[in-house]
Amino acid sequence: MSLATEKRRTVRRTSGTGPPRAATGPGAWFLVLPALIPILVLSVGPLLYGILLAFTDAQSGRTAPTRWTGALNFSDLLHDTLFWESFRIGLLWAVGVTVPQFLLALGLALLLNQDLRLRRTARALAIVPWAMPEIVVGVMWRLVYDPDAGILNETLRDLGLGDGRDWLSGLATALPAVIVVGVWAGMPQTTVALLAGLQNTPRELHEAAAVDGAGAWRRFRTVTWPALRPVALAITALNLIWNFNSFALVYVLTNGGPGGRTRLPMLFAYEEAFRYGQFGYAAAMGCVMVAVISVLLALFLVGRIRGGDDT
Amino acid sequence: MRTRPAARAGQYAALLAYLVFLAFPFLWLVSVAFKPARELGSLHPTWIPKDPTLAGFRQAFDEQPLLHAAFNSLVAAVSAAVIAVVLATPMAYVVARRRTRLARAVSAWVVVSQAFPFVLVIIPLFLVLKNLRLIDSVPGLVLVYVVWALPFALWMLVGYVRALPVELEEAAAIDGAGRLRTLVSVTAPLLAPGIVATGLFAFVTAWNEFFFALVLLKSPEKQTLPVVLTHFIGSEGVADLGPLAAAATLATLPSLVVFALVQRRITGGLLAGAVKG
Repeated sequence: MSLATEKRRTVRRTSGTGPPRAATGPGAWFLVLPALIPILVLSVGPLLYGILLAFTDAQSGRTAPTRWTGALNFSDLLHDTLFWESFRIGLLWAVGVTVPQFLLALGLALLLNQDLRLRRTARALAIVPWAMPEIVVGVMWRLVYDPDAGILNETLRDLGLGDGRDWLSGLATALPAVIVVGVWAGMPQTTVALLAGLQNTPRELHEAAAVDGAGAWRRFRTVTWPALRPVALAITALNLIWNFNSFALVYVLTNGGPGGRTRLPMLFAYEEAFRYGQFGYAAAMGCVMVAVISVLLALFLVGRIRGGDDT
Repeated sequence: MRTRPAARAGQYAALLAYLVFLAFPFLWLVSVAFKPARELGSLHPTWIPKDPTLAGFRQAFDEQPLLHAAFNSLVAAVSAAVIAVVLATPMAYVVARRRTRLARAVSAWVVVSQAFPFVLVIIPLFLVLKNLRLIDSVPGLVLVYVVWALPFALWMLVGYVRALPVELEEAAAIDGAGRLRTLVSVTAPLLAPGIVATGLFAFVTAWNEFFFALVLLKSPEKQTLPVVLTHFIGSEGVADLGPLAAAATLATLPSLVVFALVQRRITGGLLAGAVKG
């Protein structure tokens, strides 16, 4: 998950110990093929095929042959205001989930890295959302948000904070409500990644800084954060991609409603492909999603790396 | 390092707040699952059912083919996990032990495979599987799950192999053991726990998977548990809360049990191996 670290480590160890006999020689190819062939045939192949489909008028269940239409899908997409609206919502959702998720997970990871009682229990509990099927997470939060039988409104009523409302159906509340669920559901991965990063920072540095009289915030800024940065960067980048591409949670929470306020790009493309059968058009959407997310991520990573140089 | 008592108290308060945030939706789910219909209709829901009942569970089984769906899920998840691990282990070994372009390509592929939206892959896969007459069949779904599980299975296993000291294998070689012998009697036993953890992780991911199952499985008797769960929610978005909660609770149990059993190894394999220098 911390891919940056992994890459660095690979490079570093290249010059280290030589390869053992067991993996050398022509036998290695024989060991690689069982995984390589399915990946190429059923993953790389379909991906390329999918990109090709974006340039055709492919539809499901049509008898007429599929024709090459060049960039037609893309020029149509350019004028599809509904798609761009869903794209905007996707970006809002991705950032809206990733940022609080990171901050909360960082807090939790720092806590779990302390010598607290119940630490082990807390660690085990903290990854529960990870083990749950996304669909169940969605179902569960529907029960929490339920206008009548939900615990959220009941708690608000008990606290005298109004009569409660129908969170998932309100035009203004739907997106924030699903964002809260997204944050909840993705916290474990982020926490575990950051915790692993924290355990990688040398304790002695901390202690030395403490002896020198550095306060908690200063220790965090000068010792913890520099060591954590590569992991934090990698998990944030991955979270942005995962969240932008997410589907199941929102599908079961709101199915894109009310009035498209939570219609993430994946929901849009799914409907286009499997409800309206527009395979070519939906594939073009997929291509645009990949392209834009790659550019954004590249900008993000470059910006973060530059921005980090002065620390 | 000593921490002041006030700071310590603050830490415990924060930890408690986190745990409440993490646990309350789950506790609520279980509570609703055991509530009788009468209490669910009440405008003032209580945390703990006054009159706990299994009626929600019974109704859930009556309304949807839950057992059959669980069986489909089990078949899909077990097959996918076993096949993925069997295919990935040899490759992971080579990638971990050799610094070649292939190893770099595999690392790059793990990253790339995380980045593209599923819709871009599922449309062509749908067409391919349709030609192979594997749409609406559990084997077709297994095929997709295997390929989908391979990148992270490779990722975890590479970490586990790297954690094994090369010296052990070299020592075996010096002692005169052949390549195969070294792999079978030295490497494999040491790697076994990692292989099991990887397989269990693949199992959980496949058991929980929704999008591919939704697209590929049409007939109710072929569908997996996550897809069947959505049938409890009507087309108007209206749900029968009791059975919905009961079925959702049941669908979670296997993954929770597996995760609890191998939690340390999974998180260790996914992260510690990758982070430690």
